[in-house]
Amino acid sequence: MSDVVEKTLTALPSLLSLDSQPGSAKLSSTSKLGNLIRGITELTSKHEEEKLIQRELASIKEQVSSPNTSMRQMKELMVRAIYCEMLGYEASFSYIHAIKLAQQGTALEKRVGYLAVSLFLNESHELLLLLVNTVLKDLQSTNLIEVCMALTVVSQMFPKDMIPAILPLVEEKLNHQKEIIRRKAVLALYKFYLIAPNQVQHIHNKFRKALCDKDPGVMTASLHIYLQMIQENPEGYKDLTASFVTILKQVVGGKLPMDFNYHSVPAPWLQIQLLRILSVLGKNDQSTSEIMYDVLDESLRRAEMNHNITYAILYECVKCIYTIHPKSDLLEKAAKCIGNFVLSPKINLKYLGLKALTYVVQQDPKLALQHQMTIIECLDHPDLIIKRETLELLFRITNAQNVTVIVEKMLDFLRVSTDDYTTIDLVGKVAELAEKYAPDNEWFIETMNTVFSVGGDMMQPDIPNSFLKLLSEGFDSVEEDRKLRLFAVDSYVSLLQGEPGKLPQRFLQVISWVLGEYSHLRAELQPSTVMRLLSKLLDTKNTSSETKTWVLMTMTKLCEGAAGVSVAQEVSEAYSSSLDTVLRQRAQELQHLSQDSELRARVVPRDAGLEPLEVDSSLSFLDGFVSEALAAGAAPYKPPHQRQEELAQAKALSLEPYGLSLPISISSCSIADRQSPTLLSMSSGLSGDSTDLSHKGGSTTLKLDGVKRVWGKEGYLAQREPVEETAQVEVPSPFRSPSQQAEADSSHSQTPTPVPTPEPTQEKQQLASSLFVGLSSQSSVCLMGKSESAPQRFRRKAKSPSSSSGASEQISNSLVSAPSTVDNLLCDNLLDTNITSELAVSSPTQTSQLSQSLTTANGTCDVELTDTKGSNHSLIRDLSVAVAADPSPHEDPDKPKDFSSHLPAELSGFSHSEITPLCSNQSLDLSACHVQQKDSLVLVVFIYNSSDSDIQQILLELDSDDLEVSGVCGSPVQEVGSQSVAVCQYSLSVKRPSVHVEVGGVVSYQLPVGTPQSAQFSYKLPLTSFIRPLTLSTEEYGTMWLAFSHDTKQNLTLINEGQESLAATLNVLKKKLQLHIVEIIGLEGIVACRLLQDQPCLMHCRVHAGTLAVWLRSPVPDLPDCLMYYCQRALQEH
Amino acid sequence: MQFMLLFSRQGKLRLQKWYVPLSDKEKKKITRELVQTVLARKPKMCSFLEWRDLKIVYKRYASLYFCCAIEDQDNELITLEIIHRYVELLDKYFGSVCELDIIFNFEKAYFILDEFLLGGEAQETSKKNVLKAIEQADLLQEDAETPRSVLEEIGLT
Repeated sequence: MSDVVEKTLTALPSLLSLDSQPGSAKLSSTSKLGNLIRGITELTSKHEEEKLIQRELASIKEQVSSPNTSMRQMKELMVRAIYCEMLGYEASFSYIHAIKLAQQGTALEKRVGYLAVSLFLNESHELLLLLVNTVLKDLQSTNLIEVCMALTVVSQMFPKDMIPAILPLVEEKLNHQKEIIRRKAVLALYKFYLIAPNQVQHIHNKFRKALCDKDPGVMTASLHIYLQMIQENPEGYKDLTASFVTILKQVVGGKLPMDFNYHSVPAPWLQIQLLRILSVLGKNDQSTSEIMYDVLDESLRRAEMNHNITYAILYECVKCIYTIHPKSDLLEKAAKCIGNFVLSPKINLKYLGLKALTYVVQQDPKLALQHQMTIIECLDHPDLIIKRETLELLFRITNAQNVTVIVEKMLDFLRVSTDDYTTIDLVGKVAELAEKYAPDNEWFIETMNTVFSVGGDMMQPDIPNSFLKLLSEGFDSVEEDRKLRLFAVDSYVSLLQGEPGKLPQRFLQVISWVLGEYSHLRAELQPSTVMRLLSKLLDTKNTSSETKTWVLMTMTKLCEGAAGVSVAQEVSEAYSSSLDTVLRQRAQELQHLSQDSELRARVVPRDAGLEPLEVDSSLSFLDGFVSEALAAGAAPYKPPHQRQEELAQAKALSLEPYGLSLPISISSCSIADRQSPTLLSMSSGLSGDSTDLSHKGGSTTLKLDGVKRVWGKEGYLAQREPVEETAQVEVPSPFRSPSQQAEADSSHSQTPTPVPTPEPTQEKQQLASSLFVGLSSQSSVCLMGKSESAPQRFRRKAKSPSSSSGASEQISNSLVSAPSTVDNLLCDNLLDTNITSELAVSSPTQTSQLSQSLTTANGTCDVELTDTKGSNHSLIRDLSVAVAADPSPHEDPDKPKDFSSHLPAELSGFSHSEITPLCSNQSLDLSACHVQQKDSLVLVVFIYNSSDSDIQQILLELDSDDLEVSGVCGSPVQEVGSQSVAVCQYSLSVKRPSVHVEVGGVVSYQLPVGTPQSAQFSYKLPLTSFIRPLTLSTEEYGTMWLAFSHDTKQNLTLINEGQESLAATLNVLKKKLQLHIVEIIGLEGIVACRLLQDQPCLMHCRVHAGTLAVWLRSPVPDLPDCLMYYCQRALQEH
Repeated sequence: MQFMLLFSRQGKLRLQKWYVPLSDKEKKKITRELVQTVLARKPKMCSFLEWRDLKIVYKRYASLYFCCAIEDQDNELITLEIIHRYVELLDKYFGSVCELDIIFNFEKAYFILDEFLLGGEAQETSKKNVLKAIEQADLLQEDAETPRSVLEEIGLT
């Protein structure tokens, strides 16, 4: 009893002070912060403010670190610290206390603690790890507010690696009775999905539950996840289209509670989110689009009120209508909407109208015509943003006839723009237009001059590169090439005679390269004159040393005759002692070569070198040097990963066997590849250096642990730099050899189109007519990105067809050389067939059919193609979007139930997947399965003719983004007799790993009577079908492990079978995924597999705290992630 | 949404919320540039800006500028309404809000923002629900806090 009394008595003073505390604390907190704020506002100078804040921070710092500070005071201190940070002063000392406050405070204090954490730290901050436990505790709290706070902070930031720790708790919250908790849990999972999609892959079905939640808030939250997932894989969610449409219908119809209304519009945020989802789902998919036409129409109709929010919905509707498969009356309404936007006096709407026009103008150029006067007005709008958007629109409608006017407008804008980002962007666009549509040489060179001067050193480096490439590769007429180069030379000489000091460095580099290559074309121009002009550049103060290097290279090419040599000598003397090593090297080269004209003729042959340069990538010319060095006792060269491995082994106690990794990308051969024999004389010393360095690296492996590593690293740096420089300055050399004669491709010979150059006048009408010229005639501008409506003037020559990318290049060629006015369907079809037939060339089986398929396509309209006319191009280019016309074919009693008897004999010994139907119609049924062989994967397609007559001219074409497809059997199927089956085989290999890979295709055929038919299909197969075991030794594994750059780590569930849980788990993986277990050592295991053909993937796993910590590595991007997904699934299913 | 900034006509930052991880240096640079750009714009001009590869949507309420950064494919108009809804929420909570309310109670303004936008996405668009959540948190805490701390102080827990 007395104890209690005593306790109470001792506590009394503090209790008394506490009594007054709620009020006074609040008062003092506001007054302390208030004092600070008031203090700041009274100050007059920035300097005084700084002094005051520093004082404030010092006092906060002192108080937070004092042990006597209560959490309540801490809360108030945190608020002040946040305020100081907001003013731009660092208060990093308080971060740890913010975490402490979130951990230890009562609810009110915790809330401020969490807020401070979310404002102070970002998700990569290491202190965030300390928050994990607090979050864990609060997620399990019975206090709803605490759970809410934890979920709120988790949805804003959470360390990626710690997600598994709290995932189960967050998942559990999806079933919470309170909708606010469910909603926040969904958003937390959305965050997880964004930062680590693999980790939440297994709870996709729970997302569906959230989508069906009875609370509209939770449902809305789940749409964020769905939009993200659907954007990544639209095919996987087509089945949800109808549900989304139903939801939108209900929302538009006002079925939601009134709470969700915003200015009497029902749930606008929800509507917009749904419209965005629908547009992704309906893109290039007619049948899916058809489901949504009604609701889109209704949305347009309902959104009639004159308020921003309805315009927001309308805008989204219009975007959706133009994205999905087109429907004419909807398009009409959408076009009207865009018109209203553009004509609106409200500037925000006008801007969006222009943006929408930009978006749709490729599909509907007439729309731009309708609004041409408004567009002209916007071009002179005082608000630069409007102007900028108008230029963007004009960029999209540029053609050969209006290019000069539009480019002029863009250059005008560039001259006044002060924003770097805009400049870079616009300069790129001008360069693109100039290259594509230049009416003549003079205009082209002058426009590019402006681009280089205005773009300066900010512009994308590929602009000067591609300009030089264009000049050097030339076009199709030798005479034209000469004229263009000559004009460039003249123009640059006059620029250099002016004030070259003002020109940007990049431009000077371009100038010096062009002069070096082509100044000899102007016969009356003495090389020494050019050299003098260039040497003036060297003397200019602003010239960067990179530019000087270019200039010296140019001089090396030009130093001819006594006058030239004397300039060269002068210059090389001046720079041969430069501190810049590269410059020094160039100066040395210049000196040597200017004295030895014979050697110079060999090293920098002018105009000769028609043959492509041969590169000795094995560096065999150094063999003598190496063997001498070896004989003299030098250690043999070891590749970096081997050295690294030895290093790891030397550290016997290393507990992390695979932890060390160097960036291995610069291996010896990549360096060697860049060397060319032309630079032999200069670079031999260099390569000698590199061998030297590697000797040092190798021979000292045994001792001097610290020193050796530094040496190795430094050796690398020292070696890498000069080599890169050589590579860089050498870039011109391939250009120097003018490319070989063009292939006999008649469609390539381009003649410049005679263009009426419209005079830009003040008269807007006239401006309009010059801007919008050529738009009306192109009634059909296709959907395949930027259309090539006019013959391109500067087109690069096609590369030799022997290159591996030949096929794709040819396709693009046939695309651009298509007739400019693709007006009727027939031409359209012809174009398609062209492309497809060229695709088919890659599978050698089909060539014989080419002419036939051409004639059929020419002869009559293809039914299937007519239907999908709008999306034809994209279908052909990207067959994977082609959905199987009808994945579940109607039951036909006559159909043979089992195709497996038709499997080719050589495949019968292997296991094959279930035979699945691909597509079917009244006469043809296609099914397929895949067969896994030891070193390949074969796709077998069964073509069954269910009609009563023979089907002829069957042409089956497959293509895929993810897969390489090649035909296996020699004889292509051409005919299939009535009621019989033909079999085609294709060998597949993976180009780009993803969890599921898909192959799409088209079958076209001809019935004895009637028109040619075609049908599309697609076939999906898991990546695991391409996985094979990889047998190797532990040593080989170690070497490979260090060399691979792509990796992923995750904790997986361990299959619990007592002592042998690791072995049991690995065996499950081995059985299900065909992996090879290399070795199991204690609690660790190493496993290897390969992706066909020969792309290894290694797995290292370790049992840790009841889970299996798995680490996957591979040289192939995405492969570790995909495999992790399958490992996770395999273990879950077990 | 990538971030949201509130600043005064004098260019003083009043609130900042970043939904993408950036370093402090970058944040400061962005803030400085944006405040300058937005303040330089005339009243009748468009509320949208192209800035780097982002779209900036801003609106002025009395002496305060509200400024959001969104990605190119996002809807500018709805972002404008997000700003407006936030102002409505502040107005309802503080009772005809003014800049001073936000300066002196900026943590409350953050709490409201966190209930409305989460991770850069609209979390709850019903005004009633947002305010309910805030009020509950305010209330519940004050209930929970006093008795507990008294017990702790006496040492009876």
